[in-house]
Amino acid sequence: MLGLTIEQIAYLFRGAGWTIVLSLLGFVGGTLLGLPVALGRASKSRLLRFASGVLVQLVQGIPLPVIMFVVYFGISIAGFDVPALVAAGVAMTLYSGAYLGEIWKGCILAVPRTQWEAGECLALTKTQRFIFVILPQALRIAVPPTVGFLVQIVKNTSYSVVINFFDLTYSAKVINNATYKPFTVFTIAALIYFAICFPMSLLASRFDRRLHRS
Amino acid sequence: MGYAFDFSFLDEYWPDLLNGVWLTLGMTVASVLPGFVLGTLCAVGRLYGPPYVQRAVTFYVEAIRNTPLIIQVFWLFFGLAVLGAKIGPFPAAVIALVVNVGAYTAEIMRAGFRSIPKGQIEAAHCLALTPTQALWSVQLPQAVERVYPALVSQFVLMMLATAIMSQISAEELTGVAYMIQSFTFRGFEVYLVIAVIYLAMASLLRLTLMGVAHVSFPRLRRLGTPL
Repeated sequence: MLGLTIEQIAYLFRGAGWTIVLSLLGFVGGTLLGLPVALGRASKSRLLRFASGVLVQLVQGIPLPVIMFVVYFGISIAGFDVPALVAAGVAMTLYSGAYLGEIWKGCILAVPRTQWEAGECLALTKTQRFIFVILPQALRIAVPPTVGFLVQIVKNTSYSVVINFFDLTYSAKVINNATYKPFTVFTIAALIYFAICFPMSLLASRFDRRLHRS
Repeated sequence: MGYAFDFSFLDEYWPDLLNGVWLTLGMTVASVLPGFVLGTLCAVGRLYGPPYVQRAVTFYVEAIRNTPLIIQVFWLFFGLAVLGAKIGPFPAAVIALVVNVGAYTAEIMRAGFRSIPKGQIEAAHCLALTPTQALWSVQLPQAVERVYPALVSQFVLMMLATAIMSQISAEELTGVAYMIQSFTFRGFEVYLVIAVIYLAMASLLRLTLMGVAHVSFPRLRRLGTPL
């Protein structure tokens, strides 16, 4: 098939499976890290704003492949011998946590101030105000950009090829080295990435339009 | 932990790091303007072009934005090699970056063009400007002015993305770092150092592009808001 054997195509799809695993890891980890970052960025405390701001600035100013290397070598000098998946997962967590935190900060701040004040008038405590008044509204705003960022996560897992993590990009590289059919191999890889990302892009823009209509 | 940090490799290898910095900056500078022009042309084509141009641009933009840069780079670099076109890693990297950033710029510029109030275009018609003149001297400056911060972020991201070009043996900063760590086995320290260098370069690029805006948008500087 297309000059590739069934095994070679299956190898590409195995890589694609690990791309999805790493994307999920990155999204789950990114959510766990991104929530406190968003709260810190939107908080009144200057210290929290500064600390979370530093993390965001650091991650947004360093290329993801370099973050991957730093985590990879950092874990190994700490005395742990971990598979590349862990290093790539930690790096993706840092990366998506910083970006998601910045996105969600915007969503929290986009809820009108009067909502806070109205909550205060109803004698809700600060926590109650945040959980029952602000959060539901912020979540609605957050859906389109978050789905859009999922596309970034999937695409950026490809950088884990620098630490030789077995994902779709890595398997495509291996098959290309074996068959020397770059157009076929990388077109298939691109199509698989596209098949994962494009539906999410469409979904993101549909959510976005729905949000702006209402 | 008991790990002793050792940055002594800097004595021996700083000229290599400097070369890497130059190559990274060179790639970035070489890609910014062509990427911007390509993206703007695509935005204009998608908004005002005939249907087949609109479809072609949409296809290009979606294909690029939904696949990773590294796959595009491999496709181009290894693909051209098979076709027999001898092309060095540096030109291949620049072509890939231009094609990649062009797609993102097209989306940003499209948003810019669409955000211009109708009255501006009607005013241009009333002054008997041709559509091309209106586009060039009324719409384009305003669109750029409006989306400039987004463009700056996109180009900073592109500079950071050059870090994977060592995969096609363009020895930019990350490639140099890999070379140094394979000689010295000081991987953690090497990558910490280049992380700091990248941070500095990102700030530098952002400041430079913001400085360009300060000089080229005098009206924005005076009023503080776009038209």
